[in-house]
Parts: sequence; C-alpha cells; structure tokens
Amino acid sequence: MIELSDVRKVFPARRGAGEVTAVDGVSLSVARGEFAGVVGPSGSGKSTLARLVNLLERPTSGTVTVDGRVLTDLDEAGVREARRSIGMIFQHFNLLDSRTAAGNVEHPLELAGVGRTERRRRVADLLDLVGLADRHAARPGQLSGGQKQRVAIARALAARPSVLLCDEATSALDPASTAGVLDLLRQVRAELGLTVLLITHEMSVVRAVCDSAVLMSAGRVVDGGPLTEVLARPDSALAAQLVPAPAAADTGNGALVQLTVTDASPQGLVLQTLTAELGLSVEVAAGSVETVAGRRFGRLLLRVEGDDGRLDPALARLRAAGALVQRTTAGDPRPAPAADDEPPAEQEPDVQRLADAPDVQR
Amino acid sequence: MNDWSRIAPQLLDATGETLYMVGVATALTVLLGVPLGVLLTVTAPGALAPHPLLNRLLGLVVNLGRSLPFIILLVLVAPVTRGIVGTTIGSTATIVPLTIGAVPFLARLVETSLREVAHGKVEATLAMGARRRDVVRSVLLPEALPSLVAGVTVTVVALISYSAMAGAIGGGGLGDFAIRYGYQQFRTDITLATVVLLLVVVQLLQWAGDRWARRLATH
Repeated sequence: MIELSDVRKVFPARRGAGEVTAVDGVSLSVARGEFAGVVGPSGSGKSTLARLVNLLERPTSGTVTVDGRVLTDLDEAGVREARRSIGMIFQHFNLLDSRTAAGNVEHPLELAGVGRTERRRRVADLLDLVGLADRHAARPGQLSGGQKQRVAIARALAARPSVLLCDEATSALDPASTAGVLDLLRQVRAELGLTVLLITHEMSVVRAVCDSAVLMSAGRVVDGGPLTEVLARPDSALAAQLVPAPAAADTGNGALVQLTVTDASPQGLVLQTLTAELGLSVEVAAGSVETVAGRRFGRLLLRVEGDDGRLDPALARLRAAGALVQRTTAGDPRPAPAADDEPPAEQEPDVQRLADAPDVQR
Repeated sequence: MNDWSRIAPQLLDATGETLYMVGVATALTVLLGVPLGVLLTVTAPGALAPHPLLNRLLGLVVNLGRSLPFIILLVLVAPVTRGIVGTTIGSTATIVPLTIGAVPFLARLVETSLREVAHGKVEATLAMGARRRDVVRSVLLPEALPSLVAGVTVTVVALISYSAMAGAIGGGGLGDFAIRYGYQQFRTDITLATVVLLLVVVQLLQWAGDRWARRLATH
C-alpha cells in the first residue's frame, strides 16, 4: 500500500546551518490494512518520513508509491488528487479556529467539491463515528485535547482515504486521551480497512496498536519488521526499545539467565528443565510479561543457583528446542553475543525485509 | 461669537466629507492592500509560493510608500491624482493620495497577521489536497480575520489623520475646515470643535473595530 524505495531527503543549507540529510536512503513497505509504526529519537527523521509519504516534502531522490500510484512521478495536480486518499493527523491537531468542529470536518469535502447536502450528511456520520455527535457546533477552543484529535481524525477520514498518516498524534495528549484516541484509530482501521502509518516516540503506543514497526536513527531504518518477529529476536535494537530488558540489582550469587517469553516459546519448558530436571534453584530477579500486538510477550531475568556445569549445555539444548534463553550479566541489558549459538546470518534477512522494499511485494 | 448657527452646518458638511474620503479610501485600501499583503506573505522564502525576487521587489515598494512622509506623498502624487480625477483640489481628489499612502501601511499589517497563522494549519490543508489559493482563501484569511479587522481599524484611524493633513493643501474635510476657519481666522474654538469631532469619529471607529475583532476571535 505504501512503498518507499531508497528515499532521501536533503534540506539545503540555510544561514547558520549546513545541509541536513533528514532521511537517508530509506526503503519501507507497508501492506494494505497494516498498522505500521515508525519510532526513533527526535531528529531521527521520522516526521520527515511521514511528510514524504504524501509529498508534503518532495524527496530529493527515490520513489514514493501509495496504492499503486507512483506519487513522485505525478505533477502538482496529480499530487493534490492523490493526497485526497491519504489522510493525516498531527501532534497539535491543526484544526482551524475559525470553524466549528463540523466546519473543520467539512473543510476537505469543500475542497473536494462535494455538494452541500452530501457534505452535511457525511460530517454528521463522521462526528458520530468519532463519538462527538453532540459537539457539532463546538469551536476547537472549547474542546479538550482528545476531542480535538477526534475531530482531526474525522476530518482526515472525510475524503474516504485508504491511508492514514499519524504524526505524533498522541504526543500532546494525557494517558487517558491517548488510550481513547488509540482505541478510535484501531476501530476505524478495522471498520474502514485503512492502512495506518504511525510516527511516534512513545513505545507504549507502538505496543498498543502496531502490527509492525521500524526503528529510525540518523535518517536511516536500523531495525524493523512485524512486532511478533522483532520481539522474538533477542538482539533486536527495536525490541530492546519496545520492551526494555529488565534490570536487576547485582546482588546474590548464581548465574543470570535472560528468558524471552512469546506465544511460540513459553517459559514453562525452561523453568521445568532448570528446576525439575537439573534441580537448580531458580528465582525471577526481574521481568514483565505483557500483551503486545495481541500476543503475549515478555522478558524475564532468572537468577539460577547451584550450577554444576550443566547449565550451559541445558541452555543450548533449550535454544535448539526453540526457547529464547541466554546467559547474561547484571547491568548489561544487551545479551553477550558469544552466548548466542544461533548463526547471525539467519537474522539478517529480517532486518533487510523492511529495509529493502522491492524484494517484498507485500 | 454667535455665528455657530452658520458654522455648525458647515462643520457637519466637513465631517461628512471626511467620512466620505476616509470611507472610499478605506474600501480601496482594503481592495488593494489585502492582496498585496497576501502576495508579500506567500512569496516569502519558505512560504506557500516562494518567489524571492518578487518578494524583495514588493517589499521595496511597500517600504518606499511607508517611509515617505504623507505630506510629501500628497505633493508627489499630484500628477497621478490629476490624471485620475481631473483635479487635485477637493475631497474626491484627496482619495487618491490617501489610498496610495494607506495601501503599503495595510499591506504590512496584513502580512504580519497572516504570518501568525500556525504553519501546521497550512500543512494540514495542503495534506487534504488543497490548491495554494484554497489555502489563502479557506485558511490564511479566515484564521487571521480578527487580526485583519484590527489592522484595518488601525488603517482607518491613520487615514483620518492623513485626511486631516490633506486639508493643508485644499483636500476638504475636517482638516481643511480647521485650517481655513480655525487657523487662518484665529478661531481657536473652531479648531477645538474639529479636534473634538475628529476624536469622536476616531473613538467610535476604534471601538467598533475592537468589538468586531473581539467577536470574531471569541465567537
């Protein structure tokens, strides 16, 4: 649905600042109906990336394809037409203060030349959809942040887009409003079959709604993939951000073992092997298990005492059986590479998949 | 001093002339100044339709118009006035220099107002597939309207002051009246009366403008 291919955006040098490469050769593929996240620290180019999708920023090089149309090949009129099928919401809502909630939702319909009666009908439906049917005549100034974003969502959906871009859409909201807006996004995605590209720096937002995500750093995609796959990769930089490895105080004796819990590799087998089979004493030193992208996911840090040399072979055996387990040390959230038996080559294609769109015609 | 029955109607006529000059000049100034202000705003670097050369040129013209003392402008544009109206004397003739003097003034105020419209609103509208002229028409001007009304009010008050100055060279209106009857005939009471009238007119206009702008801003 959204295909970015080797897209670069270079902002020319301005007074007092040199040339800035905001997006540096990004390839990205988002499937129809997918809820994709783009995360990264501020300045990593993720907001520019969102603006490249609807050509608010024209890429310096590379191609942007949305719904089969190569936007970068279109002239201005073509781009304007294409933008109607790409809704966008923003961190600061960007509603017009000179219009009511209904007037704001009506705006894109006016621009698209929709007739008055049809406009009125659609506006009523949309405000109903976002749960603000009773705030029809309210001015943006009279609405809460969450309500403003709901109006903005209704406005973005007015022209019946197939893609919705969310640029830090919940970053200015309190936790309760954030949850409400995310629920709404999930709902409209399901009801309207939207493809959503969500830019955020909040990992909790990605965990709550995204099917897949990419991690950006200094204008490049450094990691990414479907969340279930990303989280199952113990050395993933994105996974480490999404669900940080638990930290444990360096007290007590014994070996520290990090266990990644997913639907496919539950913790039961590992615990059973270590306690019942080897007779070791196992304590949970730290950890959490939660639901990410509708699946169970967690990291546990186990403190294992009484190892007589059988622990490492047992861990190797467990890994062979599909368990995501490895030795680690306190204060080192990233596992030691040596502890990983799996050939790294097997993980490479996963990183490449999202970073190399033409290969993946999803 | 019992000639007030004779003077009062003339004073009223002069007030009417002032209102006529300022009214027509305001209409023309808005008609010319708002588009000029829009052009100044959108051609600026990084704006909706950047055009550095045109922007600099317009900026130069506007600055020239604004830096010229109005009394000099009056004399300077006399040939233009004669070309348009046929004469340089009287209130209709005065409308030409008034408009020429006020257009750059309003254009700058319009530019300032439009620049304060948050860029995000423009961006959101462009993302809907709007043309640039749609952005000007449906975002920039409506969003800046309260501020634009305040700008026009300031311009009207400036026009009243200009129009009084035009009286010095036979422009008609209250300024003309104050000079001919008050100053040249040593009638301080008449001068005072015109000043009071001018003050009342300015106060009324400012009050109406403020009220309108506030109503637009709060709805």
